[in-house]
Amino acid sequence: MSTKPTNVEEIKKELIAKMPTKVARKRAKSILPGTEMGEPIPEIQSNVRTIPGIITQRGCTYAGCKGVVLGPSRDIVNLTHGPIGCGFYSWLTRRNQTEAGPDGENFIPYSFSTDMTEHDIVFGGEKKLRAAIKEAYDTFHPKAISIFSTCPVGLIGDDIHAVARTMQEELGITIFANSCEGYKGVSQSAGHHIANNQIMKHVIGTDDDTKIEGKFKVNMLGEYNIGGDAFEIERILEKCGFTLVATFSGNSTVQDFRVAHNADLNTVMCHRSLNYVAEMMETKFGIPWIKVNFIGAEASAKSLRRMAAYFEDQELIDRVEAVIAEELVAVNKVVEEIKPRTAGKTAMLFVGGSRAHHYQELFKELDMKILGAGYEFAHRDDYEGRHVLPNIKVDADSRNIEELEILPDPERYKPRKTEAEMARLNEKGVDFKGYEGMIEGMGKNAMVIDDINHYETEKLLEIYKPDIFCAGIKEKFIVQKMGIPLKQLHNYDMGGPYAGFNGAINWYRDIDRMVNTKVWALIKAPWQSTGPELEATYVA
Amino acid sequence: MRKIAIYGKGGIGKSTTTQNTVAGLAEMGKKVMVVGCDPKADSTRLLLHGLAQKTVLDTLREEGEDVDLDDILKEGYGGTMCTESGGPEPGVGCAGRGIITSINLLEQLGAYEEEKKLDYVFYDVLGDVVCGGFAMPIRDGKAEEIYIVCSGEMMAMYAANNICKGIVKYADTGGVRLGGIICNSRKVDFEKEMIEELCRQIGTQMIHFMPRENQVQRAEINRKTVIDYSPEHPQADEYRALAKKIDENKMLVIPKPLEMAQLEKLLVDFGIAN
Repeated sequence: MSTKPTNVEEIKKELIAKMPTKVARKRAKSILPGTEMGEPIPEIQSNVRTIPGIITQRGCTYAGCKGVVLGPSRDIVNLTHGPIGCGFYSWLTRRNQTEAGPDGENFIPYSFSTDMTEHDIVFGGEKKLRAAIKEAYDTFHPKAISIFSTCPVGLIGDDIHAVARTMQEELGITIFANSCEGYKGVSQSAGHHIANNQIMKHVIGTDDDTKIEGKFKVNMLGEYNIGGDAFEIERILEKCGFTLVATFSGNSTVQDFRVAHNADLNTVMCHRSLNYVAEMMETKFGIPWIKVNFIGAEASAKSLRRMAAYFEDQELIDRVEAVIAEELVAVNKVVEEIKPRTAGKTAMLFVGGSRAHHYQELFKELDMKILGAGYEFAHRDDYEGRHVLPNIKVDADSRNIEELEILPDPERYKPRKTEAEMARLNEKGVDFKGYEGMIEGMGKNAMVIDDINHYETEKLLEIYKPDIFCAGIKEKFIVQKMGIPLKQLHNYDMGGPYAGFNGAINWYRDIDRMVNTKVWALIKAPWQSTGPELEATYVA
Repeated sequence: MRKIAIYGKGGIGKSTTTQNTVAGLAEMGKKVMVVGCDPKADSTRLLLHGLAQKTVLDTLREEGEDVDLDDILKEGYGGTMCTESGGPEPGVGCAGRGIITSINLLEQLGAYEEEKKLDYVFYDVLGDVVCGGFAMPIRDGKAEEIYIVCSGEMMAMYAANNICKGIVKYADTGGVRLGGIICNSRKVDFEKEMIEELCRQIGTQMIHFMPRENQVQRAEINRKTVIDYSPEHPQADEYRALAKKIDENKMLVIPKPLEMAQLEKLLVDFGIAN
């Protein structure tokens, strides 16, 4: 066995050593060391096509559009137009939770699909789509129906937008369609953008009659209530005195989206999946946005303080401080108890477009060390910070996705703050539209890898042997068979919530349990056993 | 059983040529099945004296899985067996997938089995080789011999050359070969010489030069092939001749499609330059 490589550059060499020349050259651009705070951040290749056959973590455009962004809303019938597999395998897999609400309209437990068969492919599926919409309407009388295109629909050219228009006229409810064929774009990221465009076009700001009461009105963008995260954030915001108008889209309703333009501040959790709506709402309605992170007790406190600073209300600021102080008592008690058992343990996270960054906070609170991290489907701005946005080359795959041209609304555009106020608040650290990305501060001994593949994953596990690995279901069992516990950060396995203060406590306890058990390391595969071998000889 | 597919540019006369030639083979006592692979479902009109009642896909749609061969095979002129794959109305769905479905169904139902004692199956395929579905008859050995209907017009020759590229693609896997080019005359100057030269360069033969004759039109209006409508007419003998040549044809090749520049030079040499 070769000597164990010690620094990131050596490990990178070992990772790509066995790859064919062209593959190695391409992968090398997506692997680099982290930086210390304040150091210049190198360019990382991301949001480019995956090398065919390399076994990626990534999902498809349909998964991003239906599964991530619109799926978690509770009273929209999310209808998959396609063969049954696409609808079935995107059904409840992310554990987005909901309350049924006073009206009891909760369609999350259902999977709606047109169940296209060969016959529909040959003769066109529009008729079946119309029938499915009618059936869903007759059965549930939903307030809105959203249609999602799968790959074959794009190939045979069913005009789903025309069907949506005519059915909307016929039924008198909101119906809109998403051209989110799986093959569009390089990952699920394209689907996020498509969903952002369609809710902006068809839903956000469509109700001007309902008045929203509240002094400090905010929206939460890019929070999907996995394992109940949004419930915990809702609890904290309410306790602080914020009025949460809409969450996109965990535990949300279509009515929340319709009145979302009443908020005075947009807060963005998952920068990758919902930044488009934040930008468009600022242009159209004059609502500024800030990046927040409710993963980690410290990060939650920091986010709350910035939100309060934005409203410049001493009463709010004081109340937020009081809430933080009160909540941190319980948090600190658990941290102090657990930290001696977790300090110095190591973790790797390869997941999402924000999660691999956010969860580093929670590990740091346990004094754990991040050996490496990377996103599945993020863009350069999620790694290097938003200042690189003007320099990102728009390639053909991204051009394939519609870019909406948004103008200030002639009647409803109302800048919440003047430019002078914004500048002043920025100096106080509110940091409008600011996101520094993942790489800064990870340190030169940590690896950053975009769109990691199976081979690299196994190599890393061999080299680093981390105490815990965070990824998704596709990696889970392989990693555990190698003796290392895996925490799923797409659906939290059966755990959560991990957001906010109570979430942090849940996380500490779960991670303590996982990194201090030897169960995975003790289980041996049959061929690893050293016991007596069974032998047999063929006797004629 | 010989399995033949007829390709060519849209409107070149594939269906007319196929049915008239099949009538010639039927007259020779051959047992022939014609599979129309065009969503318009008009490939067997002359043999059936009118449009077939129901296409394979229509039947599949109405009867479900429970389809009988008799539901989709109709007997036409001279004991020929006729079927139409059918397909979606223009502008919707996927006609290519439809052809794949219906050919698979015909196979499952045993349309090609030994006991049917077929001498020939003819696939009459819409237009150019536009996508995988329309290439179905030349994939997986569904058709073994291709004849291309062509004229001296540039776009017809261009299409013929393209079809040759499709044949090359499947020549190794499916074992398909080009049997020749049928020149369906449009009375273009030096048409015969030009197509003969095209064939020479592609490495095949002009199997027959079919003169332009109004009698074909008259027969078509009466929903008949020329052999059926006016057996004594000289044009009937032209189709009989083509049928005989196909029956005796041994020249099956993998074509060598031309580069665009070669094709243009050919046209200049024979056509525009003169």
